[in-house]
Amino acid sequence: MRAEAPLLEVHDLSVSFRSRGRYIPIVEKVSFSVGSREILGIVGESGSGKSVTAMAIMGLIDAPDVKITGSARFRGQELVGLPQKAFRHLRGRDIAMIFQDPMTAFTPVYTIGWQIDEQIRAHEALSKTGARARTVQLLGDMGVPDPERTANRYPHQLSGGLRQRAMIAMALSCNPVMLIADEPTTALDVTVQAQILDLLRNLRHNYGSSVLLITHDMGVVAETCDNVMVLYSGRVAERGPGEAIFAQPAHPYTAALLDSIPPLTGPRPARLPSIAGSPPAPLERPSGCAFAPRCHYAHESCVMLPPLISYGSQDVACVLPVEGRPLPPRVVADVA
Amino acid sequence: MSTPLLRAIDLCKEYRLPRGQTLRALDNVSLEVMPGEVLGLVGESGCGKSTLGRCLLRLTDLSSGAIIFDGQEISSLGERAMRPLRRQIQMVFQDSYASLNPRRRIGDLIAEPLRVHPDENGQKRSRAAIDARLAELMELVSLPASALARYPHEFSGGQRQRINIARALALSPQLVVADEPVSALDVSVQAQIVNLFTDLRERLGLTYVFIAHDLAVVRQISTRVAVMYLGAIVELGETDAVLHKPAHPYTAALIAAVPEPVIRHGTSLTLLRGDIPSPISPPSGCRFHTRCPKAEARCSAEAPELRPLQNDHAAACHFPLMDSL
Repeated sequence: MRAEAPLLEVHDLSVSFRSRGRYIPIVEKVSFSVGSREILGIVGESGSGKSVTAMAIMGLIDAPDVKITGSARFRGQELVGLPQKAFRHLRGRDIAMIFQDPMTAFTPVYTIGWQIDEQIRAHEALSKTGARARTVQLLGDMGVPDPERTANRYPHQLSGGLRQRAMIAMALSCNPVMLIADEPTTALDVTVQAQILDLLRNLRHNYGSSVLLITHDMGVVAETCDNVMVLYSGRVAERGPGEAIFAQPAHPYTAALLDSIPPLTGPRPARLPSIAGSPPAPLERPSGCAFAPRCHYAHESCVMLPPLISYGSQDVACVLPVEGRPLPPRVVADVA
Repeated sequence: MSTPLLRAIDLCKEYRLPRGQTLRALDNVSLEVMPGEVLGLVGESGCGKSTLGRCLLRLTDLSSGAIIFDGQEISSLGERAMRPLRRQIQMVFQDSYASLNPRRRIGDLIAEPLRVHPDENGQKRSRAAIDARLAELMELVSLPASALARYPHEFSGGQRQRINIARALALSPQLVVADEPVSALDVSVQAQIVNLFTDLRERLGLTYVFIAHDLAVVRQISTRVAVMYLGAIVELGETDAVLHKPAHPYTAALIAAVPEPVIRHGTSLTLLRGDIPSPISPPSGCRFHTRCPKAEARCSAEAPELRPLQNDHAAACHFPLMDSL
């Protein structure tokens, strides 16, 4: 393995589902990379393809009517087309995943501790007591109070925040180099969300893990991620360092999305700037720029699919920077 | 000073649980809603904001307390006596799909209240009158008239919430209680619906009780805000006063925990310890003392009353953050 190569390198990943005799692209030519100890945020609205992208990488889409093309290299190993047997060695040990709803991710009939022990013992030759010791240690690290007792409790006996911590503990149990977190805080209250985000941010220091964070919440991204990829209707709209994107979004979709979030500080607008309409269904996706029908800046050149071009430190799928009229920097109310 | 459209006085709601336990979902909640205002109810899950909303609508019966709507005590009214008042108080829920019968057309769904309730003169509405009203409602919520002939599944989440709003407005209510009406929507669509609520209030002179967990959404739409924690109101006041100069440490912590879409250096979210305690056995004294950064001995012994601090701004705290006032 070369030292310079990113941990995960995804190139032109497409996922199509067959419906009525033809393949409908849900995710179209998505490329990105995740470096060691990096937190990459994938943002998009429902149906943008962010979860499907993660599921495809994890080999969790295993249906005959799905076509996955392109490449996803994890530590140099190609994941697209990898047999399920090989995936089983990878999943849980090298790449782990956590989901939005920790209640459905745990089986209700075994204790939390039993389930984490099992995961550890599936990948490592460890005694039951050895596995339990690590489970308790992990739960404690995740901020679970009284970890020994909590390990003996069933999922339904824990609060949402504790269940999510237990799930992160399970995901980290084999020291994965990469954690994929799909909307890990969406079901949680804000005060608990803040705790979990803090936990995710510290993973790279404490566990040396990279995180692929999937979310619809731009606030969560700003709070946690180094780099951001914005998906719209299955395609990359923009990607780059969070710093740059939040200061000066280059794609009108990113800008409009940020504008439509009501501000918590500064003056209250009489009306929120909103994006008219809703994202197109995959079948109705325009052949040109998918955002054009809702875009303030749409013009003739938008009927062609804009390639992803580099603009400053960002990559953007929009013709505006090429035409010499990039979007202005974002105006954010100053807070004392 | 105008009279409040709605007054809630010492509302309590208890649920009996197995093994003799009781869950106090609402604990002496009192508030007033003035005509034309938007009262935002915020709080985390389990704080009682939805229970309060349901009690105000008489969808859930109170254990004790009184609700006065437009000068009339309604908490003791029977179903039949309540019926004419139902047209004055309507509701919109979070799940736009579950709120609509999937087997009925939109026109049918919105016309139902118009068929059930007689018109102003006590007469049954004619078909023509109903059709005219349907057209008006579609225009109000910016949906095409053709939508009336279609089924709920044919619409997006945002459009379905417009349909729910149209149905809530069918009988020209005075008060609309909206329980997390935009939480299930994508941000870009959420802004459209928040704007729609604002526009409708201006156009129709509506009054809202707007329940949400998202502080930014509540700030955008509300004139006053009530913050709830474990069944009680801990802070109440004008939106700007409460959200810019919070007096209760819980409100301050809640605001500080919201991730904002801005990159700031050196600052990270203020963390509140622990989870929300179980409402079955809430902490003694001030319910927030187990997580409060400012708690002192008195807080665990004595429950603070909701008391006015400045103008209409009230907080239930022994040690309110006075420096921020």
